Amino acid sequence: MKNRIDVCFEQLKRENKKALITFVTAGDPDLETTEKCVYSMFENGADIVELGVPFSDPIAEGPTIQKASLRALEKGTTLDMIFGTVKKIRKNCDKPLLLMMYVNTIFRYGTEKFFSLCSECGIDGVIVPDLPFEERDEITPYADKYGVYSINLVAPTSHERIKMIAGESKGFLYVVSSLGVTGKRSEFTTDFSQLLAPLKDSGINCPACIGFGISNPQQAAKMSSYCDGVIVGSAVVDIIAEYGKNAPEKTGELIRSLKSEM
Amino acid sequence: MSKIGRFGEYGGQYVPETVMNAVHELEAAYSKYKNDPEFSDELRTLYRDYAGRPSMLYFAEKMTEDLGGAKIYFKREDLNHTGSHKINNVLGQILLAKKMGKKRVIAETGAGQHGVATATVCALFGLECEIYMGAEDTKRQSLNVYRMNLLGAKVNAVDSGTATLKDAINEAFRDWCTNVETTFYCIGSVMGPHPYPEMVRDFQKVISEEIKAQILEKEGRLPDCVVACVGGGSNAMGAFYNFIEDKQVRLVGAEAAGRGVDTDMHAATMAKGTTGIFHGMKSLFLQNEYGQIDPVYSISAGLDYPGVGPEHAYLKAEGRADYVSITDEEAVNAFEYLSRTEGIIPAIESSHAVAAAMKIAPQMDKNQILIINLSGRGDKDVYSVARYREVEINEE
Repeated sequence: MKNRIDVCFEQLKRENKKALITFVTAGDPDLETTEKCVYSMFENGADIVELGVPFSDPIAEGPTIQKASLRALEKGTTLDMIFGTVKKIRKNCDKPLLLMMYVNTIFRYGTEKFFSLCSECGIDGVIVPDLPFEERDEITPYADKYGVYSINLVAPTSHERIKMIAGESKGFLYVVSSLGVTGKRSEFTTDFSQLLAPLKDSGINCPACIGFGISNPQQAAKMSSYCDGVIVGSAVVDIIAEYGKNAPEKTGELIRSLKSEM
Repeated sequence: MSKIGRFGEYGGQYVPETVMNAVHELEAAYSKYKNDPEFSDELRTLYRDYAGRPSMLYFAEKMTEDLGGAKIYFKREDLNHTGSHKINNVLGQILLAKKMGKKRVIAETGAGQHGVATATVCALFGLECEIYMGAEDTKRQSLNVYRMNLLGAKVNAVDSGTATLKDAINEAFRDWCTNVETTFYCIGSVMGPHPYPEMVRDFQKVISEEIKAQILEKEGRLPDCVVACVGGGSNAMGAFYNFIEDKQVRLVGAEAAGRGVDTDMHAATMAKGTTGIFHGMKSLFLQNEYGQIDPVYSISAGLDYPGVGPEHAYLKAEGRADYVSITDEEAVNAFEYLSRTEGIIPAIESSHAVAAAMKIAPQMDKNQILIINLSGRGDKDVYSVARYREVEINEE
């Protein structure tokens, strides 16, 4: 079976559209709400959804997602429960689903068991922010075996590493917008044409999507002009923090407004 | 080492892409300077004239007599400038930071000893310094917070998580990801991504180099046992390193059992930890079945960490070093014992090593030699110990 991420980007390309990738922390405020938010985001224009697997010590996250992780963990959310929710979602939805998580969660669960369950439940890819390219062997043998994409990340500090990392990318390349951790930003100083130039120069075809700090339609429009899509996380999580169980509808409104400008 | 940055299966470089080039830059700078005679000379001079090295090897005659077993020596790292072994590593790293042209230094601290050492050396070199410290620890060690401020450093109290050392490291990592282009992260122990575990150990191995020369001079032979406390494990790696090949020397690490390893209030990573990947390294961690890092506890803010340096995990796996767990009560007893017996107030961290030695020495022969690495002095811990003993001290 073809990976849903590839199907998604091929279709977007045909339609000359950009991808809107959105993030929610699984289990915040509870998994039922997470499930409803996923449906609401897809219905309102999200192309891919990332489910954040809560971790006790998320070093790449700013305060917004740190707090969401904590709320989810306090609810007793576990990886097994998240897989259960993914199975439910898959009964109603065939859009690409990713897990965003820390490497210890995979390692401790058992790397092979983890990827076999991803495949069984219908997870298309994983994003692991604390697993750099050099340590990819920790997961790629099993990710490959079970047809799950490990999404590579590049940052404004990657410089000469970009070609190497992009060259082995699957699904899409996650371009970290600026230095620092996740969370809303009021402005971006990164020169994206320069940052992404090595991709064009070397003819790498993998779609590139920019994430970290994008929170409003204007930013989504601007950022998507540099690449193939944008990733929005903390802005969604803020809505969930504010509206709790009533968040699905409000989340949908945000996604609709983001998508309308892209 | 099986491959670069690995100690058996442990070690590695598990950090976000944002700092990968910084990690590589550090690796390159360190391998350039570690064999550079000029750098070594500068560092040796700082060790001697600024830190007060070599630290003395002291024969603890009264403790030896009292315990009635092995001859006990103390390696007096507590007499170093700033009061602990931490200065050895910080002088090395900050000298390197200066060579690399970095203007800003960040560090995490638990008990405050590494923070104080970093603030001190930044003052010496005229570098901007910011320290991350768990909010809980800023309360336990308020004197050290004031000391760091006095030295010109900014201290950030970290509220997230358990508000202790682990959370201070999380926040220091986040700062590093944000300011990586200008900032040098001075990690205080033999932990984190490669090259830190190896580099910090190299800057601390002066301890065992000196011990070896000093004991050969005093006794004409190697010790039978070397004991050191282990949080992240830097003073222990320093004290063990030059004895690893001398298989007849028993190496013992003392970790914090808090209120007991069978309670949920301890920091006994070696006794209760499992392999995981966190804070840039594969090593042993206290964690649950889903890999969530456990909250840990010890009376000692410096040992209050849910992981351990990868080289210790390796020494344990290889059976080269033994690790024992010491409770708060045992450590406080040792703290008081050493104060009365030898007139030396040890750091509460080092008191864990003293407590372990108090169990081991009586089992050894009188002609055997045991060396305790007295990693720090205990002035900073007087309030905590008084609190533990429910003695009220008027802090006014």
